[in-house]
Amino acid sequence: MTDAATLPAGRARPSSASPNAPLGRIVSWLRRRIFASWRDAALSFAVAAVLGGIAWAIVPWALFDATWSGASRADCTGTGACWAFVTAKASQFVYGFYPPAERWRANIAFALLVVGLIWLMVPRLPGKRHAALFMMVVLPVATFLLLHGGFGGLAVVPSDQWGGLLLTMILAVSGITFSLPFGVLFALGRRSRMPLIRWFCIGFIEFCRGVPFLTVLFMAIVMLPFFLPSGTKPDPLALAVVGIIFYEAAYMAEVVRGGLQALPKGQYEAAMAIGFGYWRTMLHIILPQAVRKVVPGVVNTTISLLKNTTLVMVVGLFDLLNIVSAGVSDPLWAGSQAEGYFIVGLVFWLMSFGLSCYSRAIEAGFARAERS
Amino acid sequence: MENPLIRLAGVNKWYSQFHVLRDIDLEVKPGERIVVCGPSGSGKSTMIRCINGLEAYEQGLITVAGEPVAQDDDRIEAIRQRVGMVFQNFNLFPHLSILDNLTLGPIKLKRVPRVAAEARAMELLERVHIGHQARKFPNQLSGGQQQRVAIARALAMEPQVMLFDEPTSALDPEMVKEVLDVMIELAGTGMTMICVTHEMGFARAVADRVVFMADGAIAEIGTPDSFFEAPRTERARQFIQQVIH
Repeated sequence: MTDAATLPAGRARPSSASPNAPLGRIVSWLRRRIFASWRDAALSFAVAAVLGGIAWAIVPWALFDATWSGASRADCTGTGACWAFVTAKASQFVYGFYPPAERWRANIAFALLVVGLIWLMVPRLPGKRHAALFMMVVLPVATFLLLHGGFGGLAVVPSDQWGGLLLTMILAVSGITFSLPFGVLFALGRRSRMPLIRWFCIGFIEFCRGVPFLTVLFMAIVMLPFFLPSGTKPDPLALAVVGIIFYEAAYMAEVVRGGLQALPKGQYEAAMAIGFGYWRTMLHIILPQAVRKVVPGVVNTTISLLKNTTLVMVVGLFDLLNIVSAGVSDPLWAGSQAEGYFIVGLVFWLMSFGLSCYSRAIEAGFARAERS
Repeated sequence: MENPLIRLAGVNKWYSQFHVLRDIDLEVKPGERIVVCGPSGSGKSTMIRCINGLEAYEQGLITVAGEPVAQDDDRIEAIRQRVGMVFQNFNLFPHLSILDNLTLGPIKLKRVPRVAAEARAMELLERVHIGHQARKFPNQLSGGQQQRVAIARALAMEPQVMLFDEPTSALDPEMVKEVLDVMIELAGTGMTMICVTHEMGFARAVADRVVFMADGAIAEIGTPDSFFEAPRTERARQFIQQVIH
């Protein structure tokens, strides 16, 4: 599109109104950005028409003509969305088959997660190291103990009853928290001077990148029992968590490797000349710089991880997507696919968009700090 | 005679077929200031990079305060803490503030408490005339300022000897003097220094001995006066004519 700076003199005349008056500013902005030429105006109108058309199709369906409550699909008589389906099933979508009397335990786990995220993400809060420790050790252990129970009078809730958003969050948060550290280790291993470590890391990374995640999950659920003592069955949730962490770690490793290779040799030499050994050089000098360089790639991988969590349905887990699919097949609510998948899409979009906003904030913070 | 702080005895190094260092013998006494010069590719930088184990050598022995320098040895890190190094391209850590560039080593390697390390770092930054920039980041400073920070960073580890690898070669001409002045002040404190440099004025002002290298070997060693006024080899004569226009 034509920009004011590239216009021939005279065409980008400031509006006749005083440029400081709000109305004058708006008019001048419209002239420069929307109606600078007839082609710009046509393009602007075309885009506006498309956006308007989409809103015209969705908004009345989703809001004005929608039915908000009811006991079955039969109560949805309007032409709009049947949100009654979602409100009726909401608690199942959030908790899966977790026993209703015990759901306060899941709520505490959610609250712990929110506390951890705020602690980690709000720049002004101190003690980021402790926050990381909280996310990597306290949160997973506390969440597992709380949800599983079996101590202090808490009834045992086996993991096959965990589901819905709760399960999706367990998979996503554990995957995001642990895939980056493991990815860093694999990236370092891939560049190691010790051949066995290097070969192992290359082999692992290339295996994970070369095989679809579904295949990995299938193989694990089918093949692992052969290697375990007879009679023991692998816990599908544990399998899914471990699978996601290591599968995504392989992708993280390649992202981090890109950052490692972008660093000049002088940084290694300066660290060595001061007397830093391998691990201190990596921890204090190399990795902080390498990871900063690859924040967009890390977030990209994180978002794909988040969406990959929906694949755990093949090992029989009811994550958010799978539990909505199950809800849709309820005869009482037959025909509610649009509403169900709309909500699933919205929840995933919100989480992914949140991640990208956070990543842009991080990048801006780094740019401010280094002013490079 | 005092024991040498640094000794290179019969040091040889090859890059596959290329013989970069030939039979280097050199002893540096505590407090001595050595300037190493010579045409490019003569092995000057390689030699001083061998002294703190940034480069490996194949034959001979290098010792720092009696400790043998070997790249694969666990003791190399302890030796490097005692040997400060200043690079041509500064190599400051861009993700750390100036102050943190100085304190990282002492805090992590020598277990100096942060408060003490920062006080010492500020002292050093004052000494290189950059105290007011302590909270800035390396990319916000000029080349000359960055190089002075690099000198202070090396000094923060309280080294016994300082190696300078062409410290002014990457600088704009107007910044060379501020770095040389800091090096001259440092020489005045009695620090043992080995400087690879083409700054002949600096060599005359502070060097006890000038080491002239050519083709990977030490061709000549002498006091600045005898080297500049009456070089013994033809190579040295040519070189001096080229650097002193």
